[in-house]
Amino acid sequence: MDWIVHHLWLIPSLPLLAAGLSALARRRHRSFSAGLAIFAMLGALFLSCVALSNALQHRDVQIFNFPWFQFGDPGLPGTMLKLGWVLDPLTAVMLVMVSFVGLLIFIYSVGYMAHDENFTRFFCFLSLFAAAMLGLVIANSLLLFFICWELVGLTSYLLIGFWYHKPSAAAAAKKAFIVTRIGDLAFLLGMVWLYSQTGTLLFYDGGNGCLEQSALAKIVAQTTSIGMAGSTGIALLIFCGAVGKSGQVPLHVWLPDAMEGPTPVSALIHAATMVAAGVFLVARVYPLMAISTETVSTALKVVTWVGAITAVFAATIAVAQNDIKRVLAYSTVSQLGFMMMGLGVGGVAVGMFHLITHAFFKALLFLGAGSVIHGCHEEQDIRRMGGLRGLMPVTFVTYALGMMALSGVPIFFSGFWSKDGILHAAQGWSVSHAPFYLGIFGAFLTAFYMTRQVCYVFFGSARGSRPEEAAISKSSPFDLRPSTLGSVPHESPSVMTVPLIILAVFAIGLGFLGTPAWPWFQDFLSGKTATVELNRLFDTHVLRLILLSSAVVLIGLGLGWWLYGKKPAMKAEDPDVLERLPADIFVLLQNKYYVDEFYDRSVVRFNGWWAWFCSWLDYWVWNGAVKLLAYAVMGLSWLSRFFDEYVVNLGFDEGCQGVSQGGRLMSRLQNGRVQNYLRWIGLALTVFVLFLIWGCRAS
Amino acid sequence: MTSLACYLLVSALLFAIGLAGALTRRNAILVLIGIELMLNAANLNFIAFWRYGSNPEALKGIIFVIFSIGVAAAEAAVGLALIISIYRHYKTANVDEINSMRG
Repeated sequence: MDWIVHHLWLIPSLPLLAAGLSALARRRHRSFSAGLAIFAMLGALFLSCVALSNALQHRDVQIFNFPWFQFGDPGLPGTMLKLGWVLDPLTAVMLVMVSFVGLLIFIYSVGYMAHDENFTRFFCFLSLFAAAMLGLVIANSLLLFFICWELVGLTSYLLIGFWYHKPSAAAAAKKAFIVTRIGDLAFLLGMVWLYSQTGTLLFYDGGNGCLEQSALAKIVAQTTSIGMAGSTGIALLIFCGAVGKSGQVPLHVWLPDAMEGPTPVSALIHAATMVAAGVFLVARVYPLMAISTETVSTALKVVTWVGAITAVFAATIAVAQNDIKRVLAYSTVSQLGFMMMGLGVGGVAVGMFHLITHAFFKALLFLGAGSVIHGCHEEQDIRRMGGLRGLMPVTFVTYALGMMALSGVPIFFSGFWSKDGILHAAQGWSVSHAPFYLGIFGAFLTAFYMTRQVCYVFFGSARGSRPEEAAISKSSPFDLRPSTLGSVPHESPSVMTVPLIILAVFAIGLGFLGTPAWPWFQDFLSGKTATVELNRLFDTHVLRLILLSSAVVLIGLGLGWWLYGKKPAMKAEDPDVLERLPADIFVLLQNKYYVDEFYDRSVVRFNGWWAWFCSWLDYWVWNGAVKLLAYAVMGLSWLSRFFDEYVVNLGFDEGCQGVSQGGRLMSRLQNGRVQNYLRWIGLALTVFVLFLIWGCRAS
Repeated sequence: MTSLACYLLVSALLFAIGLAGALTRRNAILVLIGIELMLNAANLNFIAFWRYGSNPEALKGIIFVIFSIGVAAAEAAVGLALIISIYRHYKTANVDEINSMRG
């Protein structure tokens, strides 16, 4: 076994060390903490590349396991908890993707966060996130995976709420944490169930791991009380975790709100890496998901349907959003749905290819959006932008490339090939064709809303700031405050644009790694050797699909351009073109199908009511019972005190007083005068003699 | 009246005088003298009972009295020594003032 397999743990440890040191740095040590984080990521990237080259040579699963601790009787099976890491093609590509995108975003953050006073804290959290994410990727144990999974959830919480003084950011952080926790609970249950059945949580363990044949055969043979195979139950529970983390319907509500965090965070965590962790989880436990006695397992059917519905559901919402980051957020949800669908219908390679390409172009889009926001002085509403094409040329070009990659513009962009792979697999799915049509519709919507956004942001004329602000600055010409109207949007510094350019190159180039003509990526993940065969591209099946999806994308682009680009809105208050259609639909989409409101009215309200009831119960019933008992004890003790004070004490005191009075009386005799004593003696003697005399007489 | 009764009367008188002295005097030395008088009254009784007793030939009474006088002498010596030391301590020999044993 190679050195890198043994030392895979070094990759997450480097950013972890950087996070620890950054946590100790003081506020003014800005360059120290940023440099540390970037160098740690560089080191992680280097080691990831070493791991990738190793995986390219070996192409099989290499593992390193070690016992963590022993519980219970050592003689019994399943009492030794083992952890470990795994190096296979899946891990290797994720490692390189996470560390590379992470590195670029770290560099970008130096520019983006330059004015923030909590710069060191930001880099501390970013490094911690990178460490947890890389740890999640290398984990060979569902337990280690879960630990890192929760850690990325924690850093997501910390980073969404990075500007915690904004109430909306604090609320969004809480929402993200709680909503993902719902999925995580199911994940934990699935994990415990899996452990109880197989006695191991290691993925691969030389034939004994939970993803290997013996364990899978054991759980697929079991039947639960509702007639489902044990493996299906476990797989569905684990998938619930992925649904929460990857923002699938119905747990997608946290992801758009997570845009309250700084934009590099949105790019790194809520677009490129962390939200993809759910997809990665499904890809990692794919043998468990796929095992079934039927041709297509129930778990994969659920994955496909959830993915397909999410893809379209989120895409329709994205059409009507006005916040530049919210459009991208819903787009992310939609694309994650595509990935899930790809995993469901086509297997690991199809879904993972879209994950990797999406990571690059979505990070690019988010960073571009960050650059726009930065240049427009924290303006996020696309209706108030416009005409930025000339003012921010680098951002415009890279953003347009990212947008075309996301829309899936034919041949030259990575998004086209990866989405095409998913659609191709969906077309051939034996269960139903509905996911295919949903995918086509989703692709059309993707092209449409991205065109709408780009037209709003970069074309037309500058629509500037809010009218009331404009009125104020007109009325006071001597106002020297930097207002939104007064300063022209400017291009971002090169520390921000260079990462954009690099990401744009990858957004284009990566697609050629997975074309039908040369499916290198897919074959690498499935352990085959790729060959170049241009003929495959002209297979009727493939060609027809390529033409169809190209047509759909071009229609989407064209429609978007026709509606928004040809006649750009002149003022920010102009109604959206789509509002002229049945207005109710637009309002419905703008309000995200009222899912948040629905949750507010149902789950949140019920929870609130239940919490109120529990508090009431606590206060009046349990507290009352406790208080009643307390008062009873107090009454008893009062009675005891009364008895003590007025019966025991009084009797005792009385007795003491008697003794003391007697003593006082007797002490009078003892007056110290010798002659007195003598007098008494004499008296007594006389009495005694008289008594004797009297006695003699009587006798 | 027999002569024994006369003796006993004298002795009783002597005892009464001694007792009165011991009780009424305030000076410790005079109290001691009163006590000595009572002791001598007792000695007189011894002698009288011996002399008029059944066997006056045996010198029992005389010996008893001599012993008694000896003891009284020692007692007087001790008593005087005590009085001196009390006087030194309290600067007085008035028995009324020496009442530190009062209860």
